[in-house]
Amino acid sequence: MRAPTLLALLLILTLVSLLVSLLSGSVTISWQELLKILSGAGDALTTQVVLELRWPRAVAAFTTGALLSLAGALMQVLLRNPLADPYVLGVSGGAATGALLALLLGLGSFWLHSAAFGGALLSMLLVFGLSHGSGSWTTSRLLLTGVVIAAGWGAVIGFLLALSPDQSLRGMLFWLMGDLSYAASPTTGFLVLVVGLLLATAIGRSLNMLTRGEQTAATLGVNIIPLRRFIYLLASLLSATAVTLAGSIGFVGLIVPHVLRLIGVRDHRLLLPAAALLGGSLLIVADTLARTLLAPRQLPVGILTALVGVPLFLVLLHHGRSLHGETR
Amino acid sequence: MPLLETRKLRIEIGTTRVCDDLDFSLNAGDRCCILGRNGTGKTTLLHTLAGLRLPASGDIKLNKQSLQQLPRKRIAQHMGLLFQDHSDAFPANVMETVLGGRHPWMGPFEWETEQDYALARAALRAVDLDNMEQRIVTTLSGGERRRLGIACLLTQNPQIQLLDEPTNHLDIHHQISMLDLLQRQTADDNKALLFVMHDLNLALRYCNRFLLLFGDGETVQGTASEVLTHTHLERLYQHPLQSVQGPHGTVWLPQ
Repeated sequence: MRAPTLLALLLILTLVSLLVSLLSGSVTISWQELLKILSGAGDALTTQVVLELRWPRAVAAFTTGALLSLAGALMQVLLRNPLADPYVLGVSGGAATGALLALLLGLGSFWLHSAAFGGALLSMLLVFGLSHGSGSWTTSRLLLTGVVIAAGWGAVIGFLLALSPDQSLRGMLFWLMGDLSYAASPTTGFLVLVVGLLLATAIGRSLNMLTRGEQTAATLGVNIIPLRRFIYLLASLLSATAVTLAGSIGFVGLIVPHVLRLIGVRDHRLLLPAAALLGGSLLIVADTLARTLLAPRQLPVGILTALVGVPLFLVLLHHGRSLHGETR
Repeated sequence: MPLLETRKLRIEIGTTRVCDDLDFSLNAGDRCCILGRNGTGKTTLLHTLAGLRLPASGDIKLNKQSLQQLPRKRIAQHMGLLFQDHSDAFPANVMETVLGGRHPWMGPFEWETEQDYALARAALRAVDLDNMEQRIVTTLSGGERRRLGIACLLTQNPQIQLLDEPTNHLDIHHQISMLDLLQRQTADDNKALLFVMHDLNLALRYCNRFLLLFGDGETVQGTASEVLTHTHLERLYQHPLQSVQGPHGTVWLPQ
């Protein structure tokens, strides 16, 4: 598929999922009403529902999904491992520890987000510092350090859960599974997304070279060490921003880049913007389902991303193999 | 003027000394072959010359400039390396792979132009891989992938080409056609080739200079008649050899 066609299709998908998410919910809104609301002529109640509840939440969902997909694609290139996801190096563990501490202490939403972001940054710097070791910064050392730190956070999270009183457990579990009802204003996250996407796409051709292996990339003129540091910091910051917005939503960051690779998108100058659009719309759809499926009950969106993502991915995997004859 | 030059180069891998105080230079028109037993550090020497690893001591100069001070992109415009083998974590097709050779020649925000595609297609034709542009690399045979690597190097078009066992996996026809192709470049355009090869007879046929690594840090270099003597070769390979006269000159046979 040609690049403009793919991006146009994904843009349409994003707009459609955005519209569906604005229309559906506890108060059903028709097309005509939505048009009125958008032109400023709707009635006060529905206008408030759409513009103050659904719109920011849909934007937060899009931003989170796009950030995670972008971070996942970058991590996969950095670690040269198609199974890497944004959380593999422990960013979400750090964020979760911060967030759970805030919830345990009963702190407000501002502190919850600050603690989550602080935890993510701490984890990122810890892994970055420790994986340097005796001067070398190899992929396997980075991966091992990250995985071990993530395991450490896992233990701390378990400890905090064990200590917590029953009434805060539910909120904590929702946070751990990823839940957009905690989302603060998505404006900052959206700005991070735009800047991150521009930066990542700008180094797209170097990323293409890096997928061939570090040494090959080096002989083709890529300055490996600064590039890898940049990818690590960028991917970690994108993940940290996403986790701060909506908790650790799984699966999106792993499968969205993969879905695109399976349909034959390999050039990162196209793959990265496409991943952002696809991941964003996937999360809008998942979040719309999360808040409507068992309404008035809300489900953690993390459950829905897996429920939507698993069959989608399996179908593509099945067809992708026969289409491209990959031997992997 | 030498394109690539080393002064007092010393390379070590663990306790193995690859070379000690090696003064070596590669000039335009040179087709030099590094010979030595397995594990003597031939590949390590190539990688060091390409700037992928640091020597224990000594200097490497590319066009009179210290290799360590040159940006990677500049190095890649002057020097390319065909690796002994490849690994693929991610799929890529043939055209994308060959176009990678244009990376050092493009600005950070440039996209491949029609001219880049034309160069890539010409390189694929030269290595007998035309009509395979859309194939996924992992579905190619070993020999086809070898030729794809050579096509990528042709597209990169550096003055100095380092080739680590370029005839690996190639059938006899393609061994000769690829080496002919590489050799032609040094005649036409002021290029220099540095090979690692295990086939002594192909090396003799295509190379005009030789560098022997004995595995203890000692090296010998010169033309075929200077260094490819019975004594040197038997010491080098630690195996008895016999020379006979063939149509292209001397042929060495193991006993």
